[in-house]
Amino acid sequence: MSDSFKFEIDGVEVLARRGQSIMQAADEAGIYIPRLCDVEGLEPQGSCRVCVVKQNGRVVSACTQPVIEGSIVENESEEILGYRRDLVRMLYHEGNHLCPICEASGRCELQAMGYRLGITQATKYPYLQPVRPVDASHPDIVLDTNRCILCGRCIRASRDIDKKHVFEYVGRGIRKRVGVNGYNLADTDIALSDRAIDLATCPVGCIIQKGRGFFAPIGERQFDKRPITLGILPVKERSEQ
Amino acid sequence: MAKTRVIEIDPLTRVEGHGKVTIHLDDHNNVDEARLHIVEFRGFERFILGRLYWEVPVIVQRLCGICPVSHHLAAAKAMDQIVGVERLTPTAEKIRRLMHYGQIMQSNVLHFFHLCSPDLLFGFESEVAKRNIFGVIQAYPDLAVKGIKLRKFGQEIIRATAGKKIHGTGAIPGGVNKNLSLAERDHLLKDVGQMIGWAKEAVALAKGYCIDHLPLVQSFAAFNSSHMSLVREDGALDLYHGVLRAIDASGNPIFDQVDYRRFNDYLMEEVRSWSYMKFPFIKRRGNLDGWYRVGPLSRMNTAGFIDTPSADAAHQEFREFSGGRPNQMSLAYHWARMIEVLHCVEKIRELLHDPDLQGDDLLLRGERREEGIGVIEAPRGTLFHHYRVDHNDQVSFCNLIVSTTNNNEAMNRAVTQVAKNHLSGQKIISEGMLNQIEVAVRAYDPCLSCATHALGQMPLQVELYGAGGDLLERRVREGG
Repeated sequence: MSDSFKFEIDGVEVLARRGQSIMQAADEAGIYIPRLCDVEGLEPQGSCRVCVVKQNGRVVSACTQPVIEGSIVENESEEILGYRRDLVRMLYHEGNHLCPICEASGRCELQAMGYRLGITQATKYPYLQPVRPVDASHPDIVLDTNRCILCGRCIRASRDIDKKHVFEYVGRGIRKRVGVNGYNLADTDIALSDRAIDLATCPVGCIIQKGRGFFAPIGERQFDKRPITLGILPVKERSEQ
Repeated sequence: MAKTRVIEIDPLTRVEGHGKVTIHLDDHNNVDEARLHIVEFRGFERFILGRLYWEVPVIVQRLCGICPVSHHLAAAKAMDQIVGVERLTPTAEKIRRLMHYGQIMQSNVLHFFHLCSPDLLFGFESEVAKRNIFGVIQAYPDLAVKGIKLRKFGQEIIRATAGKKIHGTGAIPGGVNKNLSLAERDHLLKDVGQMIGWAKEAVALAKGYCIDHLPLVQSFAAFNSSHMSLVREDGALDLYHGVLRAIDASGNPIFDQVDYRRFNDYLMEEVRSWSYMKFPFIKRRGNLDGWYRVGPLSRMNTAGFIDTPSADAAHQEFREFSGGRPNQMSLAYHWARMIEVLHCVEKIRELLHDPDLQGDDLLLRGERREEGIGVIEAPRGTLFHHYRVDHNDQVSFCNLIVSTTNNNEAMNRAVTQVAKNHLSGQKIISEGMLNQIEVAVRAYDPCLSCATHALGQMPLQVELYGAGGDLLERRVREGG
């Protein structure tokens, strides 16, 4: 039995290998499937659901769903785009995403995704306006969970790459948030060299390096130059900002 | 019982923010007292607490859409001290200055051409339908176009230095985040000569108004006061940095060469129950006599000279107009404002030819401190930003004394004087009378919201009270 097979994304024939996720196969074929919780180098967890596609008529997350040989995948249909818009809108309403004063503006994947999906106003749901304290206890790092979208990228990076388990989900349902394994950040062994702190890890402005805000001028920030798309997230490029 | 009437004027024009004027009459319908009430509340000093110090210049500039750069730079100057930087690199300081000159220029032009010129060109009580910028465009198209293009040039300077025309990010603690590319420089240089020519015309227009309407200018909201501003150490006009100087109504110094980081030793703020805007005063003179004015008029009075040739010549003419003594005429604010525009364009031309603007040395860091005080001359006057930052880099204290706050007492006196001269003995307030009061407010400031840190817009109200405290007349202009 051959290791590779064909399937279709939006009518385009794509070659996949057995065991690949829909997203991996699409990436290799140069087809962008929008995503927020998935990033190169970390195990996918399928939590943000922005990568939803339809495979043979069933809605699945592309980052975790294996490709089925000969399957038909919808990625850019109006129905799928509608799901994605709603999911991203809800993220805006659930946190305190004040783009005009956020240092992540221009390199924020949530903001860039909003632009890509044509979300110019988010009025469909009520703003929850949570009150979440800022943890600035660490000398180099700040955790501002007002801007967290619960993607879990910091959790996976700290656990799987840094081997430190600094971050973890706490609480359930609407009260779920990212917490630290300690009294506060200063109480952990987190360091600037950790992958969890790399600018490519946190897709928003939740985990930030102290004293470096607004270093990148408007017009030269990552998504000022081109919209979020495939291959936009090389770690090196983002870390240099 | 007195008859109460409410007359509405819709829409509110050319005053941004919440404002209310109350006028109290005695038994003979003469004006006893008038007050400009600022009834809105914005609260930036409170909700900045807990935020991180490097965010502050970007957050607090949201106080205003007309003068965001002033707040951006005043906060950045305070944060320079927080990161232990006493003096920026030449490139960083010149980029910030360029940004600031663009800001003063565009804001002063907006103030004069867009918001106030209709009163001056058509008359304070002229037909309300044409007393706006669109009326100016129709009646004086060349003048209007020059005003609009002058402002646009200032905004282009801001965009080139801060990344956006409004609410950019150019100044960061300890420096700036970009220099000026050669392409940006050449783009701006292309028009700067034309702008200087138009700025000179604007000075001539404002000066001509004062000379042609001498009795009005000498009497309309004209009153003696002290004046305060930053000046360069040698006494030159300096809008970005310097020492504090205050003079009394005769021009004698009250204090001079004061490091602005010690402003608390010289100034205090009084709270009055009827306004959200505080009343600052010079400590040694007390709360009754210590009030002062700030802004273009005051800067022309406090500065010994201007370090650009055309603006300096205009400044000398301005000083001669009041016989070398401090000019106390509120309507002369507009003339002073246009001299500053000319100065700014001259400084912009000078800076655009300076190769330091293409330097790469943008940022410095020093020993971290807990307190920072940034002061700058904003378009409407001296602007104070005072912060304390805790060991976690979070803001623990914030006090902002904005330009309009400094002018609070002066604006109240201007309103009182105009009310006494134009409303005493009157039983009915006409729209024109209301506008006389607005003209007095606009001479100082067309926007009230940053002074009070308020959200949104509300009507300007004028209320007329009888001797018994009963409301006789109320006029409301809806916000818009």
